[in-house]
Amino acid sequence: MIRLVALRLLFGVLTLWAASAMIFGGTELLPGDLATAVLQNSATPENLAEMRSKLGLDRPPLVRYGEWLGRAAHGDLGVSLSNDRDVVEEISPRLWNTFLLALFAALIAVPLSICMGVLAAIYQGGIFDRAVNVITLLTISVPEYLIGYILVKYLSVQYDLFPSLANVSADTGFGDRLWLTFLPMVTLVLVVVAHMMRMTRASVLSIMASPYIEMAILKGVSKPRIVVLHALPNALAPIISVVALNLAYLITGVVVVEAVFVYPGLGQLMVDAVSKHDLPVVQGCGLIFAGAFILLNMIADVLAIMSNPRLRRPR
Amino acid sequence: MDEIAYWARLHNAGRIGRRELLGRSAAAGASLALLGNLVASADAYAAETPRKGGVLRMGLGGGSTTDSLDPTTWNDSVPINAGNAFLGALIEVGPDMKPIPELAESWEAKPGAVEWIFNLRKGVTFHNGKTFNADDAIYSINLHRGKTKSGAAGSFKAIADVKKINDYQIAITLNSADADFPMVLTDYHNRVVPDGTTDFSKAIGTNAFVLESHEAGVRIKGKKFANFWRTDRGYLDGFDITVINDSSARMNALITGQVDVANRVDPKIAGLIKAKKGLSLVQSNGTWHSVISLLQDKGAMFESLDLRLAMKYGIDRTQIVKTLFGGYGAVGNDTPIAKIDPYYNPHIAQAVYDPEKAKFHLKKSGFSGEVTIQASDAAFNGAVDMATLMQSTLSKAGLKVTVKKEPADGFWSNVWLKGNCVTSYWGGRSTATQMLDVGYGPTAPWNESHFKDPKFGKLLDEARAELNEGKRREILYEAQAIMSAQVATLVPAFRDYIDAHHDNVGGHTPHALFDLDNTLLTQKAWLKA
Amino acid sequence: MIGLLIITVNLVGALGAPVLAPFPEAEIVGDAWAEPSPAFWMGLDNLGRDIFSRLLFGARMSIGLSLMITALSFTIGIITGFAAAIAKGWVDTLLSRLVDLMLAMPTLIFAFVVLSALGTDLAVMVVTLAILDGVKVFRVARALAMNISALEYVEVARLRGEGLWWIITREVLPNAMLPLIAEFGLRFTFAFLFVAALSFLGLGVQPPAADWGSMVRDYRDVIALDVPAPLFPAAAIALMTIGVNFVVDWLAQINTRGLGDAK
Repeated sequence: MIRLVALRLLFGVLTLWAASAMIFGGTELLPGDLATAVLQNSATPENLAEMRSKLGLDRPPLVRYGEWLGRAAHGDLGVSLSNDRDVVEEISPRLWNTFLLALFAALIAVPLSICMGVLAAIYQGGIFDRAVNVITLLTISVPEYLIGYILVKYLSVQYDLFPSLANVSADTGFGDRLWLTFLPMVTLVLVVVAHMMRMTRASVLSIMASPYIEMAILKGVSKPRIVVLHALPNALAPIISVVALNLAYLITGVVVVEAVFVYPGLGQLMVDAVSKHDLPVVQGCGLIFAGAFILLNMIADVLAIMSNPRLRRPR
Repeated sequence: MDEIAYWARLHNAGRIGRRELLGRSAAAGASLALLGNLVASADAYAAETPRKGGVLRMGLGGGSTTDSLDPTTWNDSVPINAGNAFLGALIEVGPDMKPIPELAESWEAKPGAVEWIFNLRKGVTFHNGKTFNADDAIYSINLHRGKTKSGAAGSFKAIADVKKINDYQIAITLNSADADFPMVLTDYHNRVVPDGTTDFSKAIGTNAFVLESHEAGVRIKGKKFANFWRTDRGYLDGFDITVINDSSARMNALITGQVDVANRVDPKIAGLIKAKKGLSLVQSNGTWHSVISLLQDKGAMFESLDLRLAMKYGIDRTQIVKTLFGGYGAVGNDTPIAKIDPYYNPHIAQAVYDPEKAKFHLKKSGFSGEVTIQASDAAFNGAVDMATLMQSTLSKAGLKVTVKKEPADGFWSNVWLKGNCVTSYWGGRSTATQMLDVGYGPTAPWNESHFKDPKFGKLLDEARAELNEGKRREILYEAQAIMSAQVATLVPAFRDYIDAHHDNVGGHTPHALFDLDNTLLTQKAWLKA
Repeated sequence: MIGLLIITVNLVGALGAPVLAPFPEAEIVGDAWAEPSPAFWMGLDNLGRDIFSRLLFGARMSIGLSLMITALSFTIGIITGFAAAIAKGWVDTLLSRLVDLMLAMPTLIFAFVVLSALGTDLAVMVVTLAILDGVKVFRVARALAMNISALEYVEVARLRGEGLWWIITREVLPNAMLPLIAEFGLRFTFAFLFVAALSFLGLGVQPPAADWGSMVRDYRDVIALDVPAPLFPAAAIALMTIGVNFVVDWLAQINTRGLGDAK
């Protein structure tokens, strides 16, 4: 089992390295370049050439990749091409923001969806099951920005209960932060709960069909007890993996919600950087996103291995 | 009624006197009672006395995480508004589009308008304590000359040499005569920094605020500069700009009172904002205009004047203004000079939508192919919609049109200046000669339609060298007439700048050149008790 | 059954759009944001086009697009996933790591970069989104096939010397059908939303063609104004999603019963 976990960790590191190459290569493919994107229609051949050489865009990509990777390994992601700021300095407060919002949403969404999934499985086919089914389908079928706008319209503009701007800054206190990020948090919870809840329900139900559960039913154990004590532990592996996927989404996929609530997170930074061709920032963000995803998946896999006796000793 | 409102705004902005307001409005059919109201509301502007103190919270669109405080890089509302809070200008643009003194106290042209002398203001200090003098002015101008990435590099090419005469006097020599040269120096990139500045992140300048914090694309804060040289500005204790690019989010923040002022009010909801208690709009007829290029050199699609005329009469400008800008704009007449400009030629007949006329010209041109409009919202928000509207009216005139949505990415480098028929925009230049020169003159770097007319080029040179205003006006009238007749390009519409604020904000006046009083709101605004 | 009804209505609307729609999809028929009226059932949109007509034409684009993306992604995902699970060894390792790599890219931003680079051609969009979605299907398919291929009857088939293709189509696929169908319903919805999110970032279906996602996006500004326009395409997406998922659940039930599971 330890060997298996170690192997998984090694693969994680290799994947991260491959991802770095892919991010660097991918960003090189973007058409146009920073110089034209920044100058827009004030570009002249002279100021374009000046800007390009200043930005080092005239050197071969492989050389730049080597240098970049070497420095990245030491925690130096270079300097933003468009405003000369250190990329790490630029990213870290936003990464912190992104992380806090994801954490806030996850702390509510994960227990909520697992409880709902289990309850729906226990009362399969009942009113609760059906209602939750339709409601979660509704929340996943509405574009996330529309959820955001609707929340703002009612909870902020109409009844003035919560602020529509989540413009936190480094010196925002903990309480204020919870207050300011309440609406984006609710939006995100609504987006991710459906997927996790449905997976929990499905996994539990699939275990419920196995012989040892039927045995338990025949022995007359009550249904809630069977679900919680017997089915849930055995259904953990797929649930953990779906939770990991959704946590990764909370970190890497929330750019739209950030735009709606003006939340200074990492996604907005990366989209801005892509459209302005600020490659060091794009690459830095890409690396962090990839890292977060790989880490979460690794943890999920390790947890899955530990939670499942059959996976502990693979054939 | 719109016309009356227009004159009222001009009066409020101090551009026309009260007598003129009353005369014009009466001519436009205003009743006496209405006139009384107009003057009353106009006087309300003047009667307010500024109050000191308070922090102005601004929610602004037009910012990006790539913004910096280096004036050569400024390109949108947020960096320009924030930058102007810190850095002072040599010369400002007045509400009448004439130059007004700022750090340059006065100026004069030597005969021929090639050599200019500028006298600089004494007793001005920078935020770091240094005293402003000629070296700072020269260093700041030179940031945009020679090897530079500045957006002002194009217009500053006109400058041949900048020399120091003494500590408070500089001489600028031009490559060719330009009677409007002081207006070139009003370019929004041209702001004054201390001599030798290479690190712009501290925003050391001479204006009313010193930098408190700057998170690019998120938030910029400034606090009062104790030694600010003007007493008639800088009433606020500080300002706090939050970058809100999403227009719905910006309007929500304004309505819920999380910000005091917002720019770029969506025309679609401007009416609602105006109707809301405690909120008002500040609207200015802008120089900003949308453009559709018609590539017209030999062998290009629009070489035929008749095909260009078919386009001219086949688009419904009124519909574009109404649909795209919710009526907050003015129809264009295929010249880039706005009505507000002192050199605007009012005698050219306004082109109106006339499918029969368009059909006639289309037939005469013998063109049977298909026109592809290359549109992108990178040009301006709504460019694709504008192309779609044009497609609909042009097809009624018998012209086959397709709209191709170009990706925003690489639009300026791959599509603009290259395609036959491309959506674009101009923010407007501070002078008519400058605008005509950069877009349409014989050496224009950004001649989208490849418009070339020898007579037009000659007129432009004459106008620049002409120091007599009346004569210059005649020449520029003729140049505009040529552009319109030749359909040098399509200018379907001018757009208004619409800002909105809560009623506790004073000193917020309109300006044709840019939003938030040409981005000087932080300097001029105050908060009422 | 409600699900089937919803889908049928949508399909009829989509296929019959040219006949059923009162106006062409790009025709400007009145003032922007006109209220719903007998002539314009759902009112007019930001340019003065009939929302009802655009909804019908949008059904073709949205349903067609999502269907193509999902079908393609399932083809890619199932084939590679099953192959990885059954072939095991280096094939499995290689494919799995490649998929991990793809998954490690933030999907939306990855698509944003690719579409920025290659342009928002429909074909490019379908293939990009299908591949991005396909890697997720791969994971599900592989996990399912792993479980199934460990069962005795697959072992027996393998010992009998049956080929890879035979095992996939005869033994694994029928037994993995149920969860795959459930996944299909979800993925189909996500494809809808993904196109909508892309259009929020300024990429997506080319105008003046309509799709539900971009309709919601184009109309979002008037939500605060109590104009109902954005609710129609949003409701259309929601209804379609619920319809598809109802049918999926229903098929799943029939399937279980068909297999004779005690329930």
